[in-house]
Amino acid sequence: MSNKKNTAFIIVQDNEDARPIIEAIEQDNDGVIVQYQPGMVRMERAGSLIVKRETVEELIGREWDIQEMHLVLISIAGNVDEDDDKFELSWN
Amino acid sequence: MAAKRLNLRKRYELLTRGMGWETTYQKMDDVFPYDTFEGIKITDWDKWEDPFRLTMDSYWKFQAEKEKKLYAIIDSFAQNNGQTNLSDASYLSAIKLFLTGVTPLEYGAHQGFAHLGRHFRGEGARVACQMQAIDELRHAQTQIHTISHYNKHFNGLHDPFYQFDRVWYLSVPKSFIEDAQSAGPFEFITSISFAFEYVLTNLLFVPFMSGAAYNGDMATTTFGFSAQSDESRHMTLGLEIIKFMLEQHEDNLPIIQGWIDKHFWRAYRLLALVSAMQDYMLTNSPMSWKEAWEVYFVENGGALFEDLGRYGLKMPKYHELATAESEHLSHQVWSVFCLLGNATGFHAFLPTEEKMDWLSEKYPDTFDKYYRPRFEYWAKQKAEGTFEYIKGLPQLCQVCQIPMIFTEVESDPMQLSFRDTKHNGDRYHFCSDGCKDIFENEPEKYTQAWLPVHQIFQGNCGGPTLEEVLEWYKFAPEDVSDYIGSQDHQRWQEWKGKDKDTPAKTEANG
Ligand SMILES: [Fe+2]
Ligand SMILES: [Fe+2]
Ligand SMILES: [Zn+2]
Repeated sequence: MSNKKNTAFIIVQDNEDARPIIEAIEQDNDGVIVQYQPGMVRMERAGSLIVKRETVEELIGREWDIQEMHLVLISIAGNVDEDDDKFELSWN
Repeated sequence: MAAKRLNLRKRYELLTRGMGWETTYQKMDDVFPYDTFEGIKITDWDKWEDPFRLTMDSYWKFQAEKEKKLYAIIDSFAQNNGQTNLSDASYLSAIKLFLTGVTPLEYGAHQGFAHLGRHFRGEGARVACQMQAIDELRHAQTQIHTISHYNKHFNGLHDPFYQFDRVWYLSVPKSFIEDAQSAGPFEFITSISFAFEYVLTNLLFVPFMSGAAYNGDMATTTFGFSAQSDESRHMTLGLEIIKFMLEQHEDNLPIIQGWIDKHFWRAYRLLALVSAMQDYMLTNSPMSWKEAWEVYFVENGGALFEDLGRYGLKMPKYHELATAESEHLSHQVWSVFCLLGNATGFHAFLPTEEKMDWLSEKYPDTFDKYYRPRFEYWAKQKAEGTFEYIKGLPQLCQVCQIPMIFTEVESDPMQLSFRDTKHNGDRYHFCSDGCKDIFENEPEKYTQAWLPVHQIFQGNCGGPTLEEVLEWYKFAPEDVSDYIGSQDHQRWQEWKGKDKDTPAKTEANG
């Protein structure tokens, strides 16, 4: 049995469009675990995970709509809180 | 200068609030006749909010983008004869089961959400359901388009929707979706969006699509991930609707708990087919069913229900049994397909030595002890020419419609699990306490089940012989039986420049 408790995760496609999102998640989430699996990348962290628009924009050098993330999302776990600046997943 | 763009919250609010109205020519209860009889009490529909706050204009923009990407890949896949890059043509059995068993589910989900998109009283919930109705139609269509390329080269992919309504093992997914569709709107959304999509869908799509990538099937990987990108939205809808119902009225809790118990077990039994796909039908499996169950149910579901505990919601009934069964499930299901392989629309095949070694490694407590010996025994029989398919028809569970193949994994894994109950003088049979409970809560519903085996015996399926039933299923002789020696196998050997009498290619598992 697993003893991992309140893991929030986000899984994205393993492609060019997703790369800056993966990098931004690595920068903004201390202790995030990144696993590469065939075709996809899974990032998980205890409690919560955040994607910040600003970080992605810095990495790609252009304006980025947080909802562009929908193009590469595969799955998520956690309660969603999204606005213009961030996409956040968390367990209470 | 264009006016400053409104922020996400504001745009979403404008799209979903104030679009509905209190009707005056007709009573509201006549306009929305279905959303009260289940007993769910809603005091304020405006409290319902979609956390993605997706507006129609962005919805169309992003969906169009997804489609463009998908079709570009499908085109290049076809132009480059992508089918020749598969790990092995036996892998296509998984795709055949997917097209006949899962694609019609997508279409059923489309119908269900279109119904909800009309019949929920709250306009925010209606908008979310309308988007999902379109998504699910897109999933069915893109799966058919993508897999149609394989249909040019391989057997068994010619008539999925016709077969969905008739074939013995396809009545498992059919009865699942029709159970939800024939319920009220709140139960439907609890079943599909929460129990299936939130709690269990990762077990279908994530390892399976990753499995497609692992087996060189770029077409399936692409449609799978394209569909799955909508799924995050669907899962969120599932979680939000549960929280919304629980917050609206305390009387809703026992009703919702009952639905979650029921539809968790229904969806889990349906996924028994997926466990076999994952462990046996994929030439190379990226993760075992047991591993996927551990990550996506035990861990993820555990976090989910701990979070929902604040509303008084508990883990679904019999979840411990499902976890105990994860050591056995795929082996028991695949054994049955091997024994009834002359009546399946895909090719069944015994696991190769490499596959069995992988299974021993993934299932150290059960595979060698219980299952390897039977596969080796059948392999020996096949080599000696004495192997015979089962001639009789199996007893089906009245609820999940799977043959009675599951065992008492917690006490004696070699003892079949049988349950039964009497209703109006007739005896009904079940594979588990989970299915028996479901029946006993709504016997009037499940006594009407269309059980394929009963229907064959009643003379409703083409005739009394196997040949007649298969013809009625539109299974041609080349669609059924062993992979080795099949037309698919021969074609594959020709492409790969191999003697068609040599055994199937066995890739070492990564
Ligand atoms: Fe779907
Ligand atoms: Fe869906
Ligand atoms: Zn059952």
